[in-house]
Amino acid sequence: MNTLSESILGARAGSYVDCRVDRAYVHDGTGVLTLEAWKSMKAETIARPDRVYVLFDHIVPANNSVTAGLQHDLRSFAREKGLNFTDVGTGICHQLMGEGIALPGEIIVGADSHTCTLGAFGAFATGVGATDMAAIWAEGGTWFRVPETIGVNLSGSLSGQAEAKDLALTYVGRLTMDGATYMALEFVGDGVAALSIDSRMTLSNLAVETGAKAGLFYSDDVTRRYLREYGHNIGVQRPAECSYHRELNIDLEDVVPVVAIPPRVDTIKPVADLEGMPLDQVFVGTCTNGRFEDLARFAGIVRGRKVKVRTLIAPSSQKVLTRATESGILHELLKAGCTILPPGCGPCLGAHQGVLGEGEVCLSTANRNFRNRMGVGGEIYLASVATAAASALTGALESPEEAVR
Amino acid sequence: MKIEGTALCMGPDIDTDIIIAGRYLRTRDRREWVKHAFEDMDPSLAPRLEGKMIIAGKNFGCGSSREQAAIALKESGVKGVIAPSFARIFYRNAINIGLPVVECDCTCRSGEPVTADLVEGIVTIGERSYRIRPLSPRMLDILSAGGLVEHWRSRR
Repeated sequence: MNTLSESILGARAGSYVDCRVDRAYVHDGTGVLTLEAWKSMKAETIARPDRVYVLFDHIVPANNSVTAGLQHDLRSFAREKGLNFTDVGTGICHQLMGEGIALPGEIIVGADSHTCTLGAFGAFATGVGATDMAAIWAEGGTWFRVPETIGVNLSGSLSGQAEAKDLALTYVGRLTMDGATYMALEFVGDGVAALSIDSRMTLSNLAVETGAKAGLFYSDDVTRRYLREYGHNIGVQRPAECSYHRELNIDLEDVVPVVAIPPRVDTIKPVADLEGMPLDQVFVGTCTNGRFEDLARFAGIVRGRKVKVRTLIAPSSQKVLTRATESGILHELLKAGCTILPPGCGPCLGAHQGVLGEGEVCLSTANRNFRNRMGVGGEIYLASVATAAASALTGALESPEEAVR
Repeated sequence: MKIEGTALCMGPDIDTDIIIAGRYLRTRDRREWVKHAFEDMDPSLAPRLEGKMIIAGKNFGCGSSREQAAIALKESGVKGVIAPSFARIFYRNAINIGLPVVECDCTCRSGEPVTADLVEGIVTIGERSYRIRPLSPRMLDILSAGGLVEHWRSRR
């Protein structure tokens, strides 16, 4: 029997396949290079413009006139060619593709490493570079090596204040930063059913931090209900008995709030071990943790209190921001003293909106804590939304178990 | 296809933020990426990359999909990268822009002459020789053409 990747790509692990791509997307960062490569190819046409997406999220709105000029050219091109286009403030590419566009069984490529986020929907979704993407624009397809799969067996349910992000960091810690290189992860087991789509996206999102090509969930009733709201009637994908390259078993009851210590995503410690570490900034958002569930959780913990450290919150999309507004959550965040950034990647990649200074420490809900990523000399600790909320209230790293007691 | 260069040793898990930082990406001027390559690891390295063969530890090029990382190395005059394993997006990017990448677990001493024969599958560093799996025909085709853009055009 087949793994989900093998089923979708239609061949056994290890073989090379040429595939039609169902959806292909770039953002303002990688789109510029893709356009350059596409022009160099002298391809003249885009094979399937209705399947190509240009989604501005990385530096939005533009931080200077050079960026603005690059964005202007890409925007004009997208409109001229009739590509699906979303402008600054609409949201992060992976989030937007997850708002009723990505469907189970599809082959999706994005010119961004975190394209694996869409594995949450039972799609084979993976990141490519700009030149690969240019060829996909021109031809409508690309080649893949069908990956071996690591089965991540989730049993039981999360308890206390542990959330999907803690589980995600936990599995990255167990697999390490290259433990799944060239492979795919499949999340299976009785622990999956209780995980929301928002949580699954968080888990799939971190797959690339283990080197994985994709991180997939089988579509189930949760997926069905979610996509029905967007007018899709999808089938469920049933896991078959298949041979995994390796299996990783995680009992969700054992997952506790953790942090990833810079500069490695796989250096994981319980929050309890570092409690009291002073912080200069708390950042909540990104394709990892900027969804409605995350904002609601943060607001639930800081409600009626004030943050003691500068706290930046970037909703992952306009839809998320609108929902946060209509539900009153946005107001609670503002009352608590948080700064709201426009929907987008915010300071995650260190280009604007909350760059760190020398010696500053940021607690972030993002997915990378590489050296200098958010600013030269700044340090990034990765954690869950609840840990970020608890810590924002004291100005130092704090366990969420304490804050909600 | 044979490549030659001088060994430049690096550790494992060199991420693409280290190769070229996010703050330098938004430009069409590729010299910017050359100027700032590896800046956060060693600011003195960029001007010394010409003619080098990078021999690194496992998982070279992990992190962001930014193709600027591979471009920065190629435009700096780096002849190729040898490592026991690569992050897959970087690996594809490198081939696609015509920068040879070779999977090989070998001992590095900086300054030694390095030769990699991608067809025969042999890497020689100083006096030491290593057998590697030859690149797939598709990869070799793309590399020999100078990258995917050139390869694509030559087929039209």
